[in-house]
Amino acid sequence: MAETDIDALRVVGREIDGHVPDVAPALAWEDRLLHYNLVNPSNRRGFTIIVVGTGLAGAAAAAALGELGYNVEVFTYHDMPRRAHSVAAQGGVNSPRSRKVDNDSIERFVKDTIKGGDFRGREADAFRLGQEGVRVIDHMQAIGAPFAREYGGQLATRSFGGVQVSRTYYTRGQTGQQLEIASAHALSRQVAAGTCHLHARQEMLDLIVKDGRACGIVVRDLVSGAVRAMTAHAVILATGGYGNIYYKATLAKNSNATAIWRAHKRGAYFANPAFVQIHPTALPLMSQWQSKKILMSESLRNDGRIWAPKAKGDTRDPNAIPEDERDYFLERRYPAFGNLVPRDVASRNIRERIDAGYGVGPLANAVYLDFRDAIGRLGRSVVRERYSNLFDMYTEQTGEDPFTTPMRIAPSVHFTMGGLWSDFDMMTSIPGLFVGGECGWSYHGANRLGANSLLSGCVDGWFTLPYSVPNYLAGYLGEPVLPLDDPAVTETLAEVEARTQRLTANKGIHGPDYFAERLGGILDVYASVSRNPADLPGAIREIRALRDQFWREVKVIGTADRLNQELETAGRVADYLELAELLVLDALDRDESAGAHFRTDHVTPDGEAMRDDDHWTFVSAWQAPPTTGPGAGKPIRNYEPLVFTAVPLQQRNYK
Amino acid sequence: MRLILEVWRQASPQAQGHFEPYEIADAREEMSLLELLDRLNHQLIEANQDPVAFESDCREGICGTCGIDVNGTPHGPEDNVPACGQHVRSFHDGDTVRIEPFRAAGFTIIRDLIVDRTGLDRIIQAGGTVAVDAGTAMDADSVLVTHEQSEQALDFAACIGCGACVSACPNGAAYLFTGAKLKHLSLMPHGRMERGKRAVSMVAQMEHEFGPCSQIGECALACPAGVPLSAIATVNAERLRAMLRHRDN
Ligand SMILES: Cc1cc2nc3c(=O)[nH]c(=O)nc-3n(C[C@H](O)[C@H](O)[C@H](O)COP(=O)(O)OP(=O)(O)OC[C@H]3O[C@@H](n4cnc5c(N)ncnc54)[C@H](O)[C@@H]3O)c2cc1C
Ligand code: FES
Repeated sequence: MAETDIDALRVVGREIDGHVPDVAPALAWEDRLLHYNLVNPSNRRGFTIIVVGTGLAGAAAAAALGELGYNVEVFTYHDMPRRAHSVAAQGGVNSPRSRKVDNDSIERFVKDTIKGGDFRGREADAFRLGQEGVRVIDHMQAIGAPFAREYGGQLATRSFGGVQVSRTYYTRGQTGQQLEIASAHALSRQVAAGTCHLHARQEMLDLIVKDGRACGIVVRDLVSGAVRAMTAHAVILATGGYGNIYYKATLAKNSNATAIWRAHKRGAYFANPAFVQIHPTALPLMSQWQSKKILMSESLRNDGRIWAPKAKGDTRDPNAIPEDERDYFLERRYPAFGNLVPRDVASRNIRERIDAGYGVGPLANAVYLDFRDAIGRLGRSVVRERYSNLFDMYTEQTGEDPFTTPMRIAPSVHFTMGGLWSDFDMMTSIPGLFVGGECGWSYHGANRLGANSLLSGCVDGWFTLPYSVPNYLAGYLGEPVLPLDDPAVTETLAEVEARTQRLTANKGIHGPDYFAERLGGILDVYASVSRNPADLPGAIREIRALRDQFWREVKVIGTADRLNQELETAGRVADYLELAELLVLDALDRDESAGAHFRTDHVTPDGEAMRDDDHWTFVSAWQAPPTTGPGAGKPIRNYEPLVFTAVPLQQRNYK
Repeated sequence: MRLILEVWRQASPQAQGHFEPYEIADAREEMSLLELLDRLNHQLIEANQDPVAFESDCREGICGTCGIDVNGTPHGPEDNVPACGQHVRSFHDGDTVRIEPFRAAGFTIIRDLIVDRTGLDRIIQAGGTVAVDAGTAMDADSVLVTHEQSEQALDFAACIGCGACVSACPNGAAYLFTGAKLKHLSLMPHGRMERGKRAVSMVAQMEHEFGPCSQIGECALACPAGVPLSAIATVNAERLRAMLRHRDN
C-alpha cells in the first residue's frame, strides 16, 4: 500500500529497549537474577502490591508475593478467584523437563516456541519460559494438581500441537481447571494468612499514574456500584486476553480488554495488537442465539480427517456423500503434515473453503471432521477411550453422535498473542506497572503453540514476577503509597465517574451488545484469518463510525449505584471500539505476513505466509496518540528490534 | 417454540422478591437455558425494561459461575449438567419454566438470580490448601503416585464450585463440596501432610456457615462435575480420623 495512506494514520516512533542482558539468550535470565536487587524480609510488608486478576498468572503472582511477605491487594470481577478463565483450558501444560529419550531439551522447547511464533517473539523470554518451566510441574503437583500418572507412578505426558516430542503434562481434559484451582487455593492460603487481601466482584476501570509511575488503580464495586481508588507501590495486571473483541470467541463471556486498554491510554505501550490466534476446531455457530463458541481440543485432528464436499452448496447428509465427492483439502494441499498443520494454516484453509461456498451445516459455516476411517482402523473402543469426553461434549452441545455423523467444526478466535508490551523484567513502559499471562506479549510471537499459555501463566506468576517486582520496589524503600487525596488520584476517579455517568445518562436506542456484535462482524470480515490491506482503511472508517454511533445511541438501562450488568458491558464495549481500531491499524501497518497475521499481499508462490525479515523483525509497541502537536490523534508505533541467535531465522514449511 | 418463563426478580438482598411471568415466543430447541435468558433480556432491553441479572462465564460447564434453580431443580432438568449445558429441548411448546436463584440459607440473594456463594470459598480458606511455598517442592517424579490414585483424586478435584449441591440439599449442607476437597487432598502426597488439621478446620467452617447432612443424596444428582456421593461420607470419616489421631497429618 502507498506510504502516504498509512502515514495519515500513524506516526513511526522510536526504537525501544527490551532490557535483555547483553549475554547469550540462554544465559539472560541467570544473568538478570544475579543482578536483581532484593528486599529484606522485614521490609517486605511495608510494600503494597496490587494484582489485578486471579487467573493462572494473577493468582500465582499474588500468592508467591504473599508467601514472600509483601502486602498484596488482589482484585477480580468474579465472585471467587477460582472462576478465572484459565479454568476452561483443556489440553495441557508444556514443560521441557526432558525425561524421556525423545530428545527434548530446553533448547528444543525454545526452538519450537520461536519457530511456532514465526520469529516475532523475544528469544530470551522463551528461554526463561523453558528454564523456569521445568519446575512448574513440581510446584503445581505439590499444591494439589493431580497430574495424570503412568502405571509405574511417574508423570504421564502427551504430545501436543505439532511438536515432535512429548512434553505436555495434563489432568484428563481439564488441565486448566486443576492448575487454576490449585493456584486459587494457594492464594486462599495467603488470604487466610493475612498477606493477601481479596477484593472480589471489583472491576478495575483505570490506572493511576503519577510522575510517570504506576501508583494505583480505580475500581468499581460491581454490587454496590461504588467507585474508589487504591494506591500501591506497584501494580501487576494479569487480566487475560482480548479475543472477545471479535464478539463470539472461545473465551469466557466476561473476559475483556478494559484493564489493559485503560493502562494503554495512561501510557503503556501495546504490542502487536493484530496478532490474534484463530483456532481451527471450534463448534460452528448453530443459531443467531448461540452466545459463544466452544473449543473442541485440537487433539481431535490426530485421528479425525477434515473434509468438505467437492461440490458447492452440497446439502446432502454427509454419510450420503460418496468418497470421490469429498475433498480432504488439508491432506491434498499439505501432503507432509495433512490434518496436523499448525493452527493458523488449518484455520485459513478451512475458512477459505467456507467462504468459497463449500461450507456445510444449516448455516453453511462449517467443514467436517470425520472419524469414520479412525473407527474403521482402530475400532470404536480405542476411539472412545481417546476422545470420549470430547465426543460427549459435542453430543451435549449439538445432539449429534460423532460415531455415526461427522463432526462439524469451524475456526474461532481463541487467543491473543498481542498485549501490553513489557521488557525482559515484565515491566511495561510505565515504571511500576507489570504484566503476566495472556494480557502481555513476548513468548508466543505471531502464533502460540498449544499448551504454552498455561505454562506462561504459571511461569510469569510463580517464577518471574516474584523476582522482578521486588527489584523495582527496592528503589522505593520507606516511601509511602500515594495518598488518596493526591490530585492524580482524585482526577482519575473523577474521569471514571464522568465516563460512567455519560454511559448511564445517554438516552440511546440500542443495548451495548448490539454494538459488540457489529464490531465483531467488522473484525471477522477484515481482520480474521486473512487481511487484505486494500480493505483495512475502510474497516477503520467503519469502526470509527460505529464508535460514534455507540456514543450517540447506546442505551444503558438502570443506574450506576447498584449491580448493573448492562453498564459493565457498555464500558467494555466502549474500550473494544477503541482497541479494534488499533488492531486493524497494526494489521495495516505490518507490511508482511507472520504466523496468524496473514496478509493477502505477502504470500509465497504456493500460498503460504511470507515474512519480510529485512524490514519487520521487530515487535510493534504502540503508544497512545498525543492530544496536541503535529501527530495529534495518531498512534505512535515504536519498535523493539528482535534478534535471533539461538534459533536462526528460517521460513516455515509444512508441505 | 413458545415458553412462559416465571423468573424471580429481586432488586437487592433486603428487597422483597417475586416471580414475574414473561413469554418467549421464539425459543429454539438448541438454545441453552442461559441463551434463553439472553433472549429474554434482549426482549426486555428492547422494551426499556430492566434485564434479569444472572451469572455465567465459560458457558461450557467448567467455571461454576452459572447456577439457577429450574422448576425446583438446581441447574435444570438433566442430572449432572450445569445450567449452561441444559437445553430448551428438555421442554415442550407452551411449557411454563420457573427460574429462581439457588435457594439455601448459606447463599444470600444479591440481585434477581445472583447469589453470594463466597461461603464456599471461606471453607477453602479455612484449610483446603497445601502449605508449600513457590519453588520449594521436590521433583514430582520422585513422588510416586499410582495411576489409580491420581485418577481418583481427579474425580473429587473435578468439583466446579457452583454450589448446586448446597441448593439441592433440603438442609442447605455443603458436605459434598467439603468432602470433595478433603478427599482430593487426602489422595495427594503433599496434601496428606495436613490431612488431620485440615479436616478439623474445614469442617468447623462448613458447620458455621452451612446446614447439617442427613444423607439424602440430592447433592450428587445435581452435581455437574459428577462428584461421587461418597464425598459426604468422607466428611465424617476425615473428622473422626482427626479426632482419634490428634495429629496434623
Ligand atoms: C477454551 C480454551 C482452552 C484453552 N486450552 C489451553 C491449553 O490446553 N493449554 C494452554 O496452554 N492454554 C490454553 N488456553 C489458553 C489459556 O487458557 C489462557 O491463555 C490462560 O489461561 C490465560 O490466563 P491468564 O492468567 O492470563 O488470564 P485469565 O485466566 O483470563 O484471568 C484473567 C483474570 O483477570 C481478571 N480481570 C480481568 N479484567 C479485570 C478487571 N478490569 N478488573 C478486575 N479483574 C479483572 C478476571 O477476573 C480473571 O481473574 C485455552 C484457552 C481457551 C479459551
Ligand atoms: S458458565 Fe461456566 S459452568 Fe456454566
